[in-house]
Amino acid sequence: MSTEAVLGFVLAGSFVLYALFGGADFGGGVWDLLAFGPRKAEQRALIARAMGPVWEVNHIWLILGVVLLFAGFPRAFATLSVALHVPLTLLLLGIVFRGAAFTFRTYDMRGDAAQRQWGLVFSGASIVAPLLLGMCVGAVASGSIRVEGRVVVSGFFASWLSPFAWAVGVLALALFAFLAAVFLTHEASGAELREDFRKRALGAGVAVFVAALVVLLLAREGAPRVWEGLSRSPFALALHGATGVAAVTAFALLWTHRFQWARLAAAFQAGLIVLGWAASQYPYLVVPDVTLQGAAAGPATQRLLLIALAVGAVTVIPSIALLFRVFRPRPDGASTMDSGH
Amino acid sequence: MTDLLYARAQMGLSLAFHIVFAAAGVALPVLMVLSDWKARRTGDSDYRKLSQKLAKGTAILFAVGAVSGTVLSFELGLLWPEFMGQYGEVIGLPFSLEGVAFFTEAIFLGIYLYGRERVSPGLHLFSGVMVAVSGAASAFFVTLVNVFMNDPSGFVATPHGPTDIEPLKAMFSPGWLTQTSHVLLSCYQASAFAMAGIHAFVLLRHPGSAFHRKALSVALPLACVTALLQPVVGDLSAKHVAKAQPVKLAAMEGQFETERGAPLRVGGFPDVETRTVSHALDIPNGLSILAFGDPDAEVKGLNEFPRDTWPPVAKVHMAFQVMVGTGSAMALLALVTLGYRWRRKAWPSGRKMMWAWLVSGPLGLVALEAGWLVTEWGRQPWIVRGVMRTADAVTPVPHLAAPFWTFTVVYLFLGVVVVALLKRQVADTLPDREPKGPDAKGGEAHVH
Repeated sequence: MSTEAVLGFVLAGSFVLYALFGGADFGGGVWDLLAFGPRKAEQRALIARAMGPVWEVNHIWLILGVVLLFAGFPRAFATLSVALHVPLTLLLLGIVFRGAAFTFRTYDMRGDAAQRQWGLVFSGASIVAPLLLGMCVGAVASGSIRVEGRVVVSGFFASWLSPFAWAVGVLALALFAFLAAVFLTHEASGAELREDFRKRALGAGVAVFVAALVVLLLAREGAPRVWEGLSRSPFALALHGATGVAAVTAFALLWTHRFQWARLAAAFQAGLIVLGWAASQYPYLVVPDVTLQGAAAGPATQRLLLIALAVGAVTVIPSIALLFRVFRPRPDGASTMDSGH
Repeated sequence: MTDLLYARAQMGLSLAFHIVFAAAGVALPVLMVLSDWKARRTGDSDYRKLSQKLAKGTAILFAVGAVSGTVLSFELGLLWPEFMGQYGEVIGLPFSLEGVAFFTEAIFLGIYLYGRERVSPGLHLFSGVMVAVSGAASAFFVTLVNVFMNDPSGFVATPHGPTDIEPLKAMFSPGWLTQTSHVLLSCYQASAFAMAGIHAFVLLRHPGSAFHRKALSVALPLACVTALLQPVVGDLSAKHVAKAQPVKLAAMEGQFETERGAPLRVGGFPDVETRTVSHALDIPNGLSILAFGDPDAEVKGLNEFPRDTWPPVAKVHMAFQVMVGTGSAMALLALVTLGYRWRRKAWPSGRKMMWAWLVSGPLGLVALEAGWLVTEWGRQPWIVRGVMRTADAVTPVPHLAAPFWTFTVVYLFLGVVVVALLKRQVADTLPDREPKGPDAKGGEAHVH
């Protein structure tokens, strides 16, 4: 395997992890906005408690992806920055408002009205950001970003405002909401609260299915190369088959209240969807004018990047394991002190 | 304004905003861990409360720093796609390592902030130390990128972009040691001065507050040590600039003509039309001594360089004067304070000294911003000095006024909210709001 293929794989991996962790985080914001019923306040409190220690970490996967892109595939980064300037700027505003409002809500002690205002900003931004993220992905896959030499010639709007791109945006939103609801069934401490999120997870699961179907139908016209990749390459087909199996399994496990396993299946499902996207547009970074190989940095840079990634993995992975261990959900009524230390 | 100017203004705004939070993210964890450690050693609940307050401050500032940093990582491409498209691979390495450091910082900050009741005291303190260490590492790596932009090395420039790239050489471009030291010190100095200023302000109103005297005793040592080290490191940094970037030095000093035994111009307004500096105080041979250690050394003037490669002389000169002026004032206050501490065996608490620290509170941040302006304006018209002009790197996307004004409004709003939140955190510790417990004693506190 060439170094650029390895780097491309790591890049896809960072997007998978961002979809899983950052995605669940965005989804948490969605359920904050949609909180209703007799346990409205408990739902919001659970979301805030689950997100508090980890939300910043969850979003660094995006920074990893961006840095890998501009260090490893600088031409692709330059192209995307120009073609998707508008949605990326809007996405950034979403990210800024989301993170700032979440923190301000935690530390603003002026009472309920202020809390509600920050909550609204936080959850509103949590809907807009995944939508834009998905639209950008849709634009990249669709083949409507065109480059001549080093110049983007396809304009600044059409590529990400196509029906296909919108559909991918909705799919991303539904997927993130689904992930969050499934994860929250596992985090919830009471049976009723767990049931609230189980219902939400099942509903969002149906939404994911519908959105995925629409994306698939629109892909034939809107993203011909991806459609070809989906329907011809045996590897991609197998990947999509596995995604389907994971989706059905996640649904069945939710149905039968096996939350810990449902969580795993849902994570597989979301991860495979992102990998499926990556596989179906391989070897293109930006379909159809920028390839992995064409955009790749020189061999010296690639080797050093892989070394830096290894150093990073050795530092970050054990630290993240510790973080999630410390804040893993406890059985109902357990003491707050961790007896393991 | 042209789109190029809007792009520069947006980048400048984003950086100027982020720098404040980044500096706090580097330094506050150190102060937080110091008070945590003092609390453990002395069993004093005030230090524990202080470390919790500092942790809340860190949480707020770090969150805004994290989102504004995310904005910057995208803006590099959104505003300067040609720079990243050509030089992304040359300087990607320090950026990736910065990412690793930032990751580590966020992870351990999560454990430190939310894990006080969940992990052992040892692991908790260790997490705080990790936050401080990775915060410093992250500032170190990202400054290396700036060093590269000022003094690029590790590649061969061609009209189609860089070739023969050596990323390690580029990562440690000339002057890396002095510039990273200068920046790290400035983070600690700015934060410690700001913290000292806040507590001096409260002590002027409530001179008996033991909590705030202890808080001051945590901030002052760091503030004094950094304020005295910074002029030494700054001098080394300027000596490097004198050798490596003579046109920047000439702009900083308002040196229009090459001369031997050049004077140091303190203050004044450079005029590029008449090529003179008016209203400056000249110290004979001062610049030759400071820049080259020799009273008769030749200092290159702007006249040696083509007019279209001059940085904006007046801005660079004045920003430099602000940095040196505030830096000198802070060093002087540090000397007086340390002298007091040495003679009286206690940190000062009199009204005059409290006023001095209150007034000096913002100076660290002023110096930090001014110093950053010196290096950025001083590099113009280049984005990578001598290799790529800023105007050639800018995005072809039109109407850049729109994102600029949007981010201006957003950042102003966030700035106001952060100040209000921090103010309430401080107000929460005022003596008249403290619960009256059995051990809530009035009177003078003794802090050593």
